[in-house]
Amino acid sequence: METRTSPHPYPGKLIVVEGIDGSGKSTQLALLHRWLVAEGHRVCFTQWNSSDLVRQAIRRAKRKNLLTPTTFSLLHAADFADRLSYQIMPPLQGGMVVLCDRYVYTAFARDVARGVDPSWVRQIYTLAPRPDLTLYFRVPIELALDRILRNRQKLKYYEAGMDLGLAREATQSFRLFQSRVLAEYAELVEEFGLRVIEAQQEITQQQLLVRSLVEEVLRDIRPRKLYERRALLRPRTALSKAGQP
Amino acid sequence: MKDVRFYGQGLPYRKLGNLKGHLIAIEGTDNVGRSTQIERLIPWLELQGHGVTNSRWTRSALLYDTINQAKAGHRLNMNTFTLLYATDFADRLENEIIPALEAGQVVLADRYMYTAFARSKAMGADPAWSRALFGFALIPDLVLYLKIDVEALIPRALEGKGMNYWESGMHLGYGKDLFESFRNYQRRMIREFNAMAQEFAFVTVDARRRPELIQNQLRRHIGNLLLGIEQAPAAARANGSAPDNPSPPASAK
Repeated sequence: METRTSPHPYPGKLIVVEGIDGSGKSTQLALLHRWLVAEGHRVCFTQWNSSDLVRQAIRRAKRKNLLTPTTFSLLHAADFADRLSYQIMPPLQGGMVVLCDRYVYTAFARDVARGVDPSWVRQIYTLAPRPDLTLYFRVPIELALDRILRNRQKLKYYEAGMDLGLAREATQSFRLFQSRVLAEYAELVEEFGLRVIEAQQEITQQQLLVRSLVEEVLRDIRPRKLYERRALLRPRTALSKAGQP
Repeated sequence: MKDVRFYGQGLPYRKLGNLKGHLIAIEGTDNVGRSTQIERLIPWLELQGHGVTNSRWTRSALLYDTINQAKAGHRLNMNTFTLLYATDFADRLENEIIPALEAGQVVLADRYMYTAFARSKAMGADPAWSRALFGFALIPDLVLYLKIDVEALIPRALEGKGMNYWESGMHLGYGKDLFESFRNYQRRMIREFNAMAQEFAFVTVDARRRPELIQNQLRRHIGNLLLGIEQAPAAARANGSAPDNPSPPASAK
């Protein structure tokens, strides 16, 4: 499959974070984003399930709990295809750094955990270019649960896999469903060479590792000139220095 | 259904009951008269005591609004469109078609996955991709293909709703104006359908004939299916359906 084997031919770079809800990946990506901009890179950001049209359809359907594993998978693929053509491909072709909060691996992990055929869902996403770097934030279930419930009163229906009827109570359903998702991710680490970050570490510690991995990928990318000059004037931050491998 | 088969991987998580009903797809390009024919088939089937479900392309509860919004916006690329068609189809398959088949009904599907195949191919998409996408689809007991040529289609479109933007392939740059684009795009669509008629063993019905004659043909094929009479597509074609290369309009025999 293309997504696995061939690097994309475009001048930009594609950087992806993956992991279950509560793994802290969005926090890490936001910190990375801020740093890259400060370094003078041209950065675009896009997240799973966020295209205008399809997101509305997904929201309506989720509100009514209308989705089956197949329609859940297909709607998210439609959202992805829409963002691919508008938000991912043009900046990649134009030489920008594209940051994606979740990518095809989310579908491979979640949809298969819901019961769709693994080869089917992989075929759908053959449209997608292979990322230059995919960071997988691996987290134990209980920590993920803790983090989510610290910020919110309730688990979401599909996030907890309530549509599968694994357990009547949401927290228990979350444990069972997300354990399946974690098991799928574990397979994907092998299959697609995802870079594992242990997400129970301190935020700063993870971020240092993230920055050093990203720096390697961006070695050939020239940041904006104006910022380059500014960067020379100001002392290098401790963070980026410590981030060197 | 006598023979429950999926086009690809099917719906692995779903336990199917006994699909006692019959699944009949009616295919053919825009304006060929599918919906009119189906409207007449329904009372005929009901009079014989069959429960009937008419499952229509893009009419799922889930996606109807979204697809219309997308068309109004003219902003989706072909892959997104094909995915929305697939979602609509999957929703109807799981929530409408399969339950009806389990209840022993006759399901008339106004268009089926073959429409998506023809359209995405006419749009220049990778055919292998759209076919893989529909791996969850049930293979119908019978696909009735209303076959027409583009010259016969043009007056029908004009006398009906007129030529619309999408049915004319205006989004694809098929011609310099609406008329030319319609002719080129529909010619392409018909060519794709004709190719699939061979590949998927459609039962072809000549749609250039009078509506009553078409209806009679459709009833004969459906009647045979419901009575359990085997019909080979080749035999059906020899029985007075359209030839493969429509030459002068086949007036009644």
